[in-house]
Parts: sequence; structure tokens; C-alpha cells
Amino acid sequence: MFTNFPFFPQQASEQAATMDALYFFLVAVTAFFTLLIAVLVTVFAIKFRRRHDTEVGEAIHGSLALELLWTFIPLGICMIMFVWGAQVFFHMTRPPKGAMEIYVVGKQWMWKAQHMDGASEINELHVPVGRPVKLTLGSEDVIHSFFIPDFRAKADVIPGRYNTMWFTASKPGRYHIFCTQYCGTKHSAMIGTVTALEPAAYQAWLGGGAAGGTMAEAGAKLFADLSCNTCHMDTNQGRGPVLKGIYGKQALLASGQSVTVDDAYIRESILNPQAKIVAGFQPIMPTFQGLVTEEQILQLIAYLKSLNGSTATATTGTGTPEVK
Amino acid sequence: MATTAAPLNYLNNGYGAASWLLTRDHKRIALLYLYSITAFFFLGGFFALLIRLELLTPAADMVAPDMYNRLFTMHGVVMVFFFLIPSIPAVLGNFLIPIMVGAKDLAFPRINLLSWYIYVLGGLFTIVAAISGGVDTGWTFYAPYSTSASNSHVILAGVGIFITGFSSILTGLNFIVTVHRMRAPGLTWFRLPLFVWAHYATSLIMILGTPVIAITVLLVAVERGLHLGIFDPALGGDPILFQHLFWFYSHPAVYIMILPAMGVVSELVQAFARKNIFGYSFVAFSSLAIAVIGFLVWGHHLFVAGQSTYAGLVFSLISFFVAIPSAVKVFNWTATLYKGSVSWDSPMLYAFGFIGLFTIGGLTGLFLATLGMDIHMHDTYFIIAHFHYVMVGGAIFGYLGGLHYWWPKITGRMYPEGWAKFAALNIFVGFNLTFFPQFIVGYLGMPRRYAMYAPEFQVYNVLSTAGATILGVGYLIPMIYFAWSLKHAPRAGDNPWGARGLEWEIPSPPPTENFTATPIVTEGTHQYAPSREVGIV
Ligand code: HEM
Ligand SMILES: [Cu+2]
Repeated sequence: MFTNFPFFPQQASEQAATMDALYFFLVAVTAFFTLLIAVLVTVFAIKFRRRHDTEVGEAIHGSLALELLWTFIPLGICMIMFVWGAQVFFHMTRPPKGAMEIYVVGKQWMWKAQHMDGASEINELHVPVGRPVKLTLGSEDVIHSFFIPDFRAKADVIPGRYNTMWFTASKPGRYHIFCTQYCGTKHSAMIGTVTALEPAAYQAWLGGGAAGGTMAEAGAKLFADLSCNTCHMDTNQGRGPVLKGIYGKQALLASGQSVTVDDAYIRESILNPQAKIVAGFQPIMPTFQGLVTEEQILQLIAYLKSLNGSTATATTGTGTPEVK
Repeated sequence: MATTAAPLNYLNNGYGAASWLLTRDHKRIALLYLYSITAFFFLGGFFALLIRLELLTPAADMVAPDMYNRLFTMHGVVMVFFFLIPSIPAVLGNFLIPIMVGAKDLAFPRINLLSWYIYVLGGLFTIVAAISGGVDTGWTFYAPYSTSASNSHVILAGVGIFITGFSSILTGLNFIVTVHRMRAPGLTWFRLPLFVWAHYATSLIMILGTPVIAITVLLVAVERGLHLGIFDPALGGDPILFQHLFWFYSHPAVYIMILPAMGVVSELVQAFARKNIFGYSFVAFSSLAIAVIGFLVWGHHLFVAGQSTYAGLVFSLISFFVAIPSAVKVFNWTATLYKGSVSWDSPMLYAFGFIGLFTIGGLTGLFLATLGMDIHMHDTYFIIAHFHYVMVGGAIFGYLGGLHYWWPKITGRMYPEGWAKFAALNIFVGFNLTFFPQFIVGYLGMPRRYAMYAPEFQVYNVLSTAGATILGVGYLIPMIYFAWSLKHAPRAGDNPWGARGLEWEIPSPPPTENFTATPIVTEGTHQYAPSREVGIV
């Protein structure tokens, strides 16, 4: 009935081995101390078992040396875990520059992925092998969590903000996507499949998929349809700031502070424009809350990014994959 | 009434319903709690059984997903808020703390009774919520699902938890004042039984933490009922704020569940090794250390929720610190057995089980406190296994061990030791078979709260369900022989274990006023032989 009895998930990303090494260390420590305690308890319980009814134990008060020993040895081991774990965490949560970007939106109960070149897919995610892929995750409704066990990659998908995760697939194949944050009736059906393809096969897949233009093109169309361009002009004449080339730069606010123009800031500026006003402008921009979907916001972001020229487009899927 | 000339004790001192429902005797109130938490335990266990049956196959074939979601939510809510949190403190603590400090009752007997009524009222809300269709948010009530998306009885269940919280606050208050003000002459802080130290630490958490959960569920109700934006970003709220508030209580709450069990195990190890604890003050202060540090680690539930990396680092570091006092306790219990006179009576079997299982539970907590590792582990079955090793393998083993140890004192009767040993073994085997496979399937990637799962996970789920069946039987056996023992078992006598401690110096069952004359204490508990200082062993 049960043909396979797996103990470990597949190692299908370059990060998986890093995570598993840490796991083996933790398992070894756990096994060692569990055995140590189990053996000591068993040996003492047998060796010093009660021989007759009135027997009592020896009154031993304690030992400071031993207390210090079994405080500081575990503490030392814990500090190794802490530092090692922090290193892995830093590695796993900071996407390398130049990672290929894909936007994923979760909603009850499906995953929608959009590739920069316009391909989009539902409950499926195609990625090339050997190239870092960064996912930017947003939610339409409640909290979800995007988990690919075989890649050892996970991040919560939270409404109202973006989280990111990244991985480098290392082995062609099909792998589970699970939603791991409980999200209602079909939580356990909010699953999908990642398909990791050799770079050439990935190019072929992309070629077959993109029909409606790139994400940036879709964003450009929205920018006009929603009349953003009536205020945000290409020249300083507009009632809103010029948006060309601002992505990734600092914006000086009326409050005197400055913020980095990133995905989260752009999203906030569209949905809640009054939150941060750029110095020199009036708080006149209307909110687009309810008028744009999460996916459309991502397209607008892609468009603004594309206005920066080469740096932003270099990270899209249309470039030649750099094979490591 | 007086068929034999049985001496007057707290049980035969009045029989009517009023003598129980209006009692101010801490021992009778402890029994009221015993009945009610046992009822909730079997209710929660019933939900667990249905969960495990559903998970026998990968498809959602026994119950529909919506029903499944209600089952695991009700299981969690009932077990956490209505069984584990009150279990040891409200039953054993209530019964024993006044006796252990040499007092006639708790400091505020009426408030003690009030806290039971509050508990029952809160429980009724929860039962009504369950009967009228249940709640489907998970016991964690994460927003905005709980406030905007769920169409189940969130507010009703929330009110139940809100109300019950006050019962816990009042109990904690009562214990703290009792320990400060009512200790018998000569009973200095460092002569107190470790059970009392553990409850003192627990009470601090109850008083300081519980108001925060009360406020949190209130805010959920406000957002849900009045659409005021607090947590839901669509209303201008922040869902992460909810998680911070929720875990600010609920992390310390896991120590509300485990500290009293640690107190019980400290008593068991001493009584059944006939030996005072190794490193008394380290065991005592480690309880306080856990209570204090336990308030500073809640952010370890948010490692993948996008909290800042630096917050993650700090919470990870402090989570490692909180594990150290637990480790210290385990080493001290083990060392206590050295050169003891160790008996294998059934309460001690639970203590052995506790030490082993809590060690695994605590060590697997370290996996989750390790930042990078938690990325993969978070919200998988690995976590389910971790916390059941501490909450069932730890807290429930402590509770059952304590219940067996003090049963002769509480009822005046022994129980059938053979059956008790058998049940303990049965529970140990069933427990491990249920929860160990979940570590593996968790690492494989099976998410928690899944009614349906990938077929390759099935083998581990079948093992788990088989284990749960054995475990369920294991819990029924003590129910039966405890009930049987009330009438048929031999009388216990004052001190059937030959143990030391004030509770063993008074009759079983104790008289209503506990002591006929206030005891004068001249040494710590569990001094079986004259004490000696030891260097390196
Ligand atoms: C040795 C000390 C412990 C450490 C270091 C530890 C660590 C952790 C960590 C880091 C998590 C969060 C994992 C995640 O959400 O990704 C966690 C979850 C949990 N722990 Fe522990 N833990 C310890 C002891 C305990 C104890 C004593 C209990 C209960 C009596 C407990 C009960 C729980 C519960 C209930 C959860 C899951 C909550 C939920 O998501 O529903 N832990 N633990
Ligand atoms: Cu915690």
C-alpha cells in the first residue's frame, strides 16, 4: 500500500542543502541530549531502585560546579544554533541583486503568478533552473503563506504589504506549493505546483505563454486608463511628481523625512496617497482603493520600474538567463 | 448519615448540592474544577479523535473541510483555554497550596469560588458557540480572517475566552497573596515545596499576561461587530499587530501550562526517590526565570511574517535563553535520582515519561527558535509535534502523575496500581506513536490545519491515527479505575507513599480546616535524611 517511506523532502534548490545541514546539526544535538537523559534516568532508576520499604535516599544538597556546567554548556550550544540559524536566515531572506522577479498574489483560494514578460499562471509557477528567482507576495484578502518544501522556502503573504522570498531551483521537476497559513474553507486546497525547467525549456515555455504583452506594458496601459498621467507628467508641469526614474531613489517628503521608492511605498501611494506627501506637492491625489486589484498594482509597479530603463528590465524574465 | 464513626473530613462534612455549590473550601472547589476540566478534556479529546479519523486518508472524505476547520479550532480552544491552562493550578494547586503552606484555606476563599463560576460561565459560552455551529478560525484567531472573512461564531467563542481569563487572573491573585501572607511559622521561602514556587511563577504570568489576551479578543470582536479598522488592512488596520498582541499572551501562556507540571514533577521525583531535590534554589529560581524571560520571546511566532530582521534576531536570541532554565531543571531532576531510593510506582512512571518527553519537546523548540530553520518549519506538522510533546508529553503527564500521587490524599483511597502502571505505559506508547511521526511529516512539508493532504504523507498520518486510538484508550482507563476506587479501593491512610511534606502529615481525606493546630515548620520538604553538601560528584 505504501511504496515510499520518505524521511526528507527532496533537495531541489540550492538553498535546500544549507537548510538540511542545519537540520542535521539540530537533530544530532537533540538525539544526543535525549539519549543522555534517557540513559541517565534509566540507569539511576535501576541502579538506585528501592530495595526495601523503609529505605531512603542519600541527602545530597547540590553542586554549584555542576549547575554552572549544565547552564553554560547548553548555552554555548544554543549560541552556535543562534549564529548558524541567523546566517541561514540572512541568506534565505535577502534576494541577490539581479534575481529574476515574479509577482504572486494569493487570494481565497488560489495563487496567481505574473511574470515580468506578461505570462501569468494560476496555481502553477514555472521557473528556470540555476537562476535566483525572487517572489514578491501580496494578498487580496486574508493572510496566506507561500511554501515550497522541496526548496525549503516560505514566506507569509499578508494583505496590505509585500513580503519577498527567493530561491534558486537546482533540479528540473515538479514540486508542491502549499498555503501554510490557515485561510478558511479551502486552505488545504490552496495548493499548486512549481515546475523547474532547464533554461532552454523555460525560454520555450515563456515564448508560448506571453500573449497580452509584458507586465510593464499592462501597467503603462493602466497608467493611462486610470488617468494617472493627467497629474504625473513627464515634465515638471504636473500637479504630481514626475515618476520617471524614481524607482529605487529617495523621495523627500513634506514632513522632512525621506523614503525609498520601493514596491511597498508605491503601493501605499496608490491606495493611501495621503500617508506620505512628497515635498512641494498638495495632498490632492485620490485613493485608488477598490479601483485597482492587487495584480494591477503590481503591473503599475512594473511599469514605474521600467521607466528607470535598463536596470529594472535586466531583472525581468525576458533577458537571457545567466546560467551558473 | 453517620453509619460508621468516620472522622469528619472535607468530603463528609455536608452532602447537599448547596454544600458544594456554595462552598468556600479550597478542596471542594478543587473538585468542582476537577469535574469541569475533565468534562472539557473529553470534549476536546472527542474533537481530536474526529480530526485523526479524518486524516486517515488524504482526501476530505469523512467530514467536509468546513467541518474539519471547526473541529481543529474547537479542539484547540477547549484544550488550551478550558483544560490545560486551568488543569494543574485550579485542581492540584487549589487543593494543595493552602495545605503546603500550612494554611486553612486560600487568602480569598469567596474569590476562589467566584473564579470557578466565571470559568463555568466562560465554558458555557464556548459550548454554546460549539453547538450553534462552531468557530473556524483556529485557536489563534488570526486577523483579518477572524474579523472579516470567517462566517462562524467568532464573537461568541471570543467572549467565552474573555470571561474565562478573569478566572485565571483571580486564581493567580489568590495564590500569590496566599504564598506571601499565609505561610506557617518557620516556612521560609526556601523551605517552600517546589510545587509552590512553580505556582507562584505561574500566577505572575496569569496576572500579567491574561489581560492582554482579553483585550485582544475584545478588539477582534469590536472590529468584527463594528467594522472599526484595527487589524484588517482593508479597514486601515494592521494584521501583524494582532499577532503581536496575541502572542504576547499566548507565548507566556505555554508556560502557564508547563510550569505547574514542572512543579509536580519536582515533587514526584523527590517523593519517589525519597530524596531532596538536587539544587533546590536552581530549580526554584528557574521557574521565575522562565516566567520573566517567557514574556520577551513572543516574536518567535512571527519569523516569516515579515517582521524586521533585527526583531527576528532579538526574539531568536531570547528564545534560546528561555530554554536554559528548562534544561537546568531536567538536569537537576535527573541528578536527584542519583543515590536515591527510587521506586517505580505509577506516579513516578509519569515523572520518568515527563522528563524524557519534555526533553524532546524542549529541544525541538530550539529548532523553531533557530531563525533559518523556522522558515521551513513554520506552520508545518513539526510544530504540532513540538507543542504536543510539551503540552501532552509534558503538561498532561505532569497532571496525571500528580493526580495519581495525590489521589489517596484527595479521596482517602488508593487506586489499583497494576492498572495504573498499565495505563501509564499505554499512554506513553500511544503518545509517541501519535506524535513522533508528525516530526517527520512536518519536515517533509505537510502544513498544519489541512483537511486534505498529499498522498505521500499518508503513511505517517496512519501511524498517528493508530497511536491516537491507543492514546485514547489510555486516557479512559484511569477514568474508570479512579471512579471505581472511590467506593471499592482500600483506604489509603495518611501517608501511603512514605513521603515528606505537610500534606502527608494530615489525615486523608483532610478535615475541612486542614490543620487542627497551625504547624510549625523547621526544615524544607522532602528531607528524608540529614542534608550534606556535595562538591563535584
Ligand atoms: C524550551 C523552550 C521552548 C522553546 C525554545 C520553544 C520554541 C517555540 C517556537 C520558536 C515556536 C514558534 C514556531 C513557529 O511558529 O514557527 C513554538 C511554538 C509553540 N510552542 Fe514552543 N517552545 C518551547 C517550549 C514550549 C512549551 C513549554 C510549550 C507548552 C507547554 C510550548 C508550546 C508551543 C505551542 C502551543 C506552539 C505553537 C503555537 C501555534 O502556532 O499554535 N512550547 N515554540
Ligand atoms: Cu512561543
